Parts: sequence; structure tokens; C-alpha cells
Amino acid sequence: MAFLEIKGLVKRFGKLEVLKGIDLDLERGGFLVLVGPSGCGKSTLLSAIAGLDTISGGEILIDGEVVNDLRPSKRDIAMVFQSYALYPNMTVAQNIAFGMEMRGVPKPERDVAVERVAATLQMSHLLSRRPSQLSGGQRQRVAMGRALVRDPRVFLFDEPLSNLDAKLRVDMRTEIKKLHQSTGKTIVYVTHDQIEAMTLATKIAVLKDGALQQVGTPAEVYNRPANLFVADFMGSPSMNLLTAKAVSRNGVAGLELPRAHDAAIFLRLPPNIRAGAVQDGAELIVGIRPEAITDPDGADRNSPLVEIVEALVDVVEPAGSDTYVVTEASGKEVIARMRSDADVRPGQRIPFAFDLNKAVLFDPRTTQRIG
Amino acid sequence: MSGRVEGSMAGGGSAVSRVVIYGLLLVFAAIFLTPLFVMLITSLKSLDEIRDGNMLSLPQSPTIAPWLSAWGTACIGLTCNGIKGYFGNSIMMVVPAVAISTILGSLNGFVLTKFRFPGHKLIFALMLFACFIPFQAVLIPVARVLGMVGLGNSIGGLILVHVVYGLGFTTLFFRNYYEAFPTELIRAAMIDGAGFFQIFRRILLPASGPIIIVTVIFQFTNIWNDFLFGSSFASGDGVPMTVALNNLVNTSTGVKEYNVDMAAAMIAALPTLLVYVVAGRYFVRGLMAGAVKG
Amino acid sequence: MSSSVIDPAVIPRMRARPRASLQDWLPRIVLAPSFAVILVFVYGFILWTVWLSFTHSRMMPVYALTGFDSYARLFAQPSWWMALKNIAIFGVLYVVICIALGLTLAILLDQKIRIEGVLRPIYLYPMAVSFIVTGTAWKWFLNPGTGLEKTMHDWGWTSFQFDWLVNADMAIYTIVIAGVWQATGFCMAMFLAGLRGIDGEILKAAQIDGASTYATYRRIVIPALRPVFLSAFIVLTHMAIKSYDLVIALTGGGPGNATELPSTFMYSYTFTRNQMSVGAASAVIMLMTVAAIIVPYLYSELRERRQ
Repeated sequence: MAFLEIKGLVKRFGKLEVLKGIDLDLERGGFLVLVGPSGCGKSTLLSAIAGLDTISGGEILIDGEVVNDLRPSKRDIAMVFQSYALYPNMTVAQNIAFGMEMRGVPKPERDVAVERVAATLQMSHLLSRRPSQLSGGQRQRVAMGRALVRDPRVFLFDEPLSNLDAKLRVDMRTEIKKLHQSTGKTIVYVTHDQIEAMTLATKIAVLKDGALQQVGTPAEVYNRPANLFVADFMGSPSMNLLTAKAVSRNGVAGLELPRAHDAAIFLRLPPNIRAGAVQDGAELIVGIRPEAITDPDGADRNSPLVEIVEALVDVVEPAGSDTYVVTEASGKEVIARMRSDADVRPGQRIPFAFDLNKAVLFDPRTTQRIG
Repeated sequence: MSGRVEGSMAGGGSAVSRVVIYGLLLVFAAIFLTPLFVMLITSLKSLDEIRDGNMLSLPQSPTIAPWLSAWGTACIGLTCNGIKGYFGNSIMMVVPAVAISTILGSLNGFVLTKFRFPGHKLIFALMLFACFIPFQAVLIPVARVLGMVGLGNSIGGLILVHVVYGLGFTTLFFRNYYEAFPTELIRAAMIDGAGFFQIFRRILLPASGPIIIVTVIFQFTNIWNDFLFGSSFASGDGVPMTVALNNLVNTSTGVKEYNVDMAAAMIAALPTLLVYVVAGRYFVRGLMAGAVKG
Repeated sequence: MSSSVIDPAVIPRMRARPRASLQDWLPRIVLAPSFAVILVFVYGFILWTVWLSFTHSRMMPVYALTGFDSYARLFAQPSWWMALKNIAIFGVLYVVICIALGLTLAILLDQKIRIEGVLRPIYLYPMAVSFIVTGTAWKWFLNPGTGLEKTMHDWGWTSFQFDWLVNADMAIYTIVIAGVWQATGFCMAMFLAGLRGIDGEILKAAQIDGASTYATYRRIVIPALRPVFLSAFIVLTHMAIKSYDLVIALTGGGPGNATELPSTFMYSYTFTRNQMSVGAASAVIMLMTVAAIIVPYLYSELRERRQ
């Protein structure tokens, strides 16, 4: 049975519905990442789980117990906040111990627990400092310590890394992942950073405008996005989404992508699309990630269907580990990811390899994935 | 008001314009200081010297006799015990009134910023407007009610009135300050299991130092300087310092002892002047918060 | 999308374990006494005063309504008209001069003045001291027999005359002088804060555009201070209408009733002349004037903050 269950959760502020009936569950020890653009309701959902916001409808269950009516402190949860929310007038040790103090845990016991957590997070030397004397990374660590010391049923993280610089963010991300693996705790984590979501989650829930768009493993969400929004939101650089027309050439069903200065590109239908799922002449949107468009040598040899297309190079963007090459189709930029040593210059005509095994099709009217 | 900011206009132009600017500023400073200066030197002169000498000349033979007389023996009304008793009245009125209105204001500010419930905006608007009413509009009912509940002509009545009519300002000050206080800290404390008063005492109050100083100074100055309530709701030996001073200065019996008047005025001004000199910038912050509302 | 209505089956459970414990009500319980006190002492008492203004109360309140009689009697009083005329003269001059002088001082002080830290508190101290106190000195200073006139005579300028304090036509202007002296520093502080809040890059841009100091102030700085002008205007108008100590300490309303203001009129009619209903009527008019200025201002301020 699921450890954390959310059933038909609705939250309204006045007439505005910010959560429009969310159904989610998470197994014990799972790592659920709520991801979406700002204002999508992900933080409100987290607050509702924490009990910091009341809910307008639905149910939240932790370990089979309805917690709708429980105060935050009675839900046996711990939370790490975006601003860390360290009490400025208390030392690190007092910050970590505050929750136990409020619960009436005797001082000797608190001291032992604080020492233990500080040792786990390698910050024993910081215990007598105040938050203002700590660096961003250290504050982050204290905030995690404060959550860890309580040994709660569920950990909640509200964009905990967004105030750190890029390098530190990557380090802390690894640390959170390690922590999850070593403690086996159930975690709900909010972020707007899709890379954080991909690296940390065992389960991703993509939200937009208060409604769930897709729930699945990182691989599912990345490779088989449920709709155009998810396709565009997950991945960087984002998926190429190109308008195409379903046509048959010489009895072969395929997709036609017009080009401004060249003949239209013809691609055979992706192998995962059932024959007959697409009507001839239908307008479609084909989604193909930059790493699925390469130079012919770099193409996946195991792929059942790779199409080679000659095209004019517009822009070349070396990015160190890879080189992004931009061409044009369907009136939009098409980004391809090539080897870093690929010898490509703007104005050249070069062959591009399209790995159609990794392409997905969307219905432009419903924006949903086909097949 | 703190220090130089890069945006200040560059100090412009020639030496002549600098001299003119400094000259103007110093002339204004002299004008502003004159009343205080006249009060001080006059309070140190003998009556003869005042009669014969010039208002602006320094005392030839300074004496503190007028100060002693003002404090201990000057006649106000029918009693001749100086102003010391009235000074005490003001202290006994100011201290509790400031303390109570500040504590209530901080609790109200906490509730109004961190616990949004239906109608909190209306409640704040009603409390805010209360800051600005002319007190004449409530003077008659207050006098009636204080009389009815037996607080007429008493320090207790004045404390009550100053607390009630100071609440709008103290609530406003703390509300504006707590508005900027991170709500996440309150939420973290809730998850940690702290209750309302625990959050207030352990999390909020330790961070409220500056606004407490601003509020205390603002309230202290206002209540100490109040004249309208003092003259309306107290009489005889129970009046506060300002009312007693006015009675002393405007008495029409006997020889006019200007030096004693001035000494009494100086004594009445000392507490607020002292606060102003020690913590002037907090006083200004209070004035501005009451004017432009943060 | 699930239904937004709570499943009825959940409701009994909610009742059985109510979230609405004491802790949830505590914030409201804490606020309630303050709010109740303000409702009664401010809004209740205002209504009480309004009621009294429609009666014939004299020394003691009576509650039988008699319509607009008191207002008619109020406006039949020459001294009320005197108070209205005086508040008009005082209010306009006080507000205009305070703003003009306050702005001037603020601009002068903003020229990288080295002794700013000394000057600023000197301009502002009158605001910290009761006018009952400083009025003692002002009264002495303005009195022809003891103050400025005598000093000038002593110095040999025997034709010098300065008797405004005891001259019924001019006495109101002494109130203006003293009021301006008291509030100018406060105005200066507001403008100085406004000046310091102007984005420095805009001023640098103006310099690069070749604007003179005068042009920069006229075209960029002063227009940017518009909100400060509005705040200063509101605060000063409100202080002018409430002015009471000023008159009591300086002239006591005299000579005759030459410096009567609505605030002193209200006090004397209510407490010394036993015309409570007329006093109440004058208080209601004062309140309405203040409300007409403050309410729109507060409304717009609270609205702006919401955005």
C-alpha cells in the first residue's frame, strides 16, 4: 500500500482554484519530485501535505492515516525551506534542537541527538555559531540537520537548493541523493529545476496550473512525455517540437516537414506508432530530442530506424562536451547534438541522423501524445 | 536617513556657492536653536538680570536657584511644592501606558501579518484610521465613561486613554515591521511544534529590537508631551507635567518669575530631549513610519 | 478532475477530531481585545459624539434628538466663523511654508554637507519637545515687553515694532511662525529620505546628458518626490487641524478670540461654556474634514500595497 496518498486534493483561495483535484501516491522510501513552472501549485501542494495550508477538498493520508485535520507538528513530518528558515537568534545547536525542545524532550537527550546529526552532516564544528555566521551551503546543511534530527515519517523539501550557486547546488544535490539512499526515508521534493527532478526522483509529478500533467519515473517522463507541455518543460536544451504532415510516399507512411530553402524533409513513422494510428494528411507535431539528432557516426547503432537527412547548418554552438548544431525545419530552429570534435561550420550542408526510435508524436489540437 | 547614499547630488560648483549653502544652513540652525537657547540662559539668570539685561546675552552670574525653585517650591494653583509631584505623575502615567500599548501593538502586528483570516484587512484599516481622528471627536464620551467607571481625574484613567489611542500607531509600527519578517520562519516553528506564544516569544521578539525601540520612543514622546488629554481628564494635583507647566506659566498672581518658568519648562523637556539626543534616529523612524507608513 | 465538494463521509471524522483547537483561535483571541477597545473607544464614541451634536446637551448630556439645531447655533457663533477663518489662514500658510522650507533645507543638506549629522537633529528637535514647553520661550520672545521688540530697543533701534502677539489682526500669524518652526524639520526629514531614495543612476544619466544642477532638480529630482509631497501635505493638514497646544501655550485663543481654532473652540464650548451639543457639532465637523483628507489617502495606500 502507498505510504503517502493524496486523493482528489482541491485548494481554493477565494474563487481561484490553485489545486484542481490532485491524485498522487508514493511508496515507503520513495522520492517524489513535484516539478513545474512558478505558480503551478507545487509549493501549495507541499504546504498542504505539511499542514501549513488548509485544504478545500480531498484527503491526505500518511501511512494509512488521514491527516487532514492534524496540525503540522502532529503529522510527524519535517520540512526544509527555500530560505532555510533558520532562527536567527539561536545557535546552530539550538536551531536543530528547537523542535525536540518544543516536544518536551529532556536536554541530555537533545544534546545527544544534535551531536549525532551534526556528525552525520559533518558540521560538529559549527554547532555554536549563529546562522548569520554561516555560508549558504552551511545554512543548507543546518536546515537539513534540523529536519533529520526529528527522524520523521516524511521529509518535505521546498526548493532547498535554489538559493545556492551553481557549483554548490550540484554538490548538495548529490548529498541529498546519498542521504536518501542511506536513510531510506520517504521524501517529497519541490523544484522548478527539471535537472534536479531527473537526478533525484524515483517518481516525478509534473504540474501546470494546479493540475497534474504526468506522473512517472524520470525515464518515462523524459522519453515519453504525456503532452506538449511536459515535452517542452523537461530536458535542456528542450525537445525539438516541429509541425509535420502525415503522408505516404511510395506506400511508406511517413512525416513531411517543410523547409524554407530546401525540399521538405521526409521521415518514416517512428516504430512505436501503430500503423493506422495516423491518418494521411493529418497535421502532427513531432517531438525529437537534440541528442536524437546527431552526425551519422554518432547515431545509435541499435536503433531500428535512423533517417539521414542533408541540411544546411545555420549556427554552431560549441558547449564543451558537445557541439550543438542548428538547422531549420517547419519554420523553427532544429537543434542537433553532435560530438564536440565534429568539424562543422555555418553555411555547410551536412548529413543529420534522425533517430526516430526516440521520436514522439503529438496531436496539435489536444496537445496529447499519440500512441 | 542613514548616511550617505551614492545617489546624492554631487556637491555642486564654486566655493562661493558652498559658502552660501553653509551660510543658509547655519542661519536656519541658529533660528531653530534660539528658543531652546533663550530658555536655557534665562533659567540661569536672576530676575534682576532678566529685567535689566538682554534676552540673548549670557548670564553674568549663573544661578541654579530658579531650577531648585521650579522643582521644589514654585506655586502652582494653591500649592507651592514645585513641579516635582507633577513630574512624578507623568512618569507614573507614561511608563505603564508605553509598556502596555507596545506589548499589545506587537501582538496585534504578529496576528495581522502572520495569521490571515477573513476580515483582517478591514480590521487593520479600522485600526489605522483610528490613528488620525481628531481627539475632539471622542473627548466628551471619554470624559463621561471615565467618570462612570470611577477613573475620572486619575492616573489610571490617563493610562487607559493613552493606551487606547496609542494602539493604532503601535499596531501599525509592528505590522509594517513583521510584514517583512520571513513567514517561513513561523512555518518552520509550527512544524517544530511551537505554539502561538512560543513562536512570539522565542522567534519573533528576539528579532524585534529595532521596532520596539522605535515604538517605545514614539509612544514615550507622544504621551509625555500630551496636553489635551491631561487637561481634559485630570485636575488639581493629579495633572501631568505639561498641564502643570502651563498652569505655572499662565498664573496671573504675584510677580512673574520668568527664570522659574523657563527652568520648569527645561525640566519638563529634559526626558524627551534626552531620549532624542540618545536615540534620535529611532525617533525619526517612528515619525516617518507614522507619516508615510513604511 | 475530482469533485471539489468534500465527501460527506469525511465530515463526521472532521467533527470527531476538530482541527479548530484553542491554538487555531488564539490569534483572533489575542487581537480581539484591542479591536474591541478601538471599536468602542473610537467608532462607538464618534457615534456618541454625533448623537450629542443632534441634542440640546449643555453641561450634562441629554439624549433627546433636536435635529440640526446645534449646527445652526454653531454657525451662528461669530467665534466659530473666526475659528474657521483662522484655520484656513493657519492651515494654508503652515502647510505651504513647511513644505517650501522643508524642501529647501533638504536640498541644501543633500549637497554633501560635512556637518549634516549635527544640523539634522537641530532642525528636528522641536518635534520632540512639547509646544507647551517651547511655547514658554516663544511667548516670551514674541512679547513686545520682553522679547524681540525690547531687544531691538535695547540695541538702539527704538522705532522697531513687533507686537503681533497682542495685535488681534496679526496674532494668528505668530501661531503660523511657531507652527512652522515646530514642523519644518519633520518635513525636511521626509524630503531628505525621498532625495536619498532616488536612483543614483538616473542622476548620473542626467549629468551625462549635460543637465545643470538646477535643471536636474527641477526636471528630475522634484518630480520624483511627488509621493513625498503628497505625504507631507496629508500629514501637515492633519496636524494643522489637530493643533491645540500651539494656541493654548502661545495666546490661549486671544487677544479676544483672535486666534481661536476649531480645536480650542470645541474645548471651551464643551468644558467651560457648557454648550456641549455645540462643542460636539464642531467636533463632528473637524472629524469630517480630517476624514475627507485621510480616508482617500489611506485607501489608495492600502490598495497599492496589495499589488
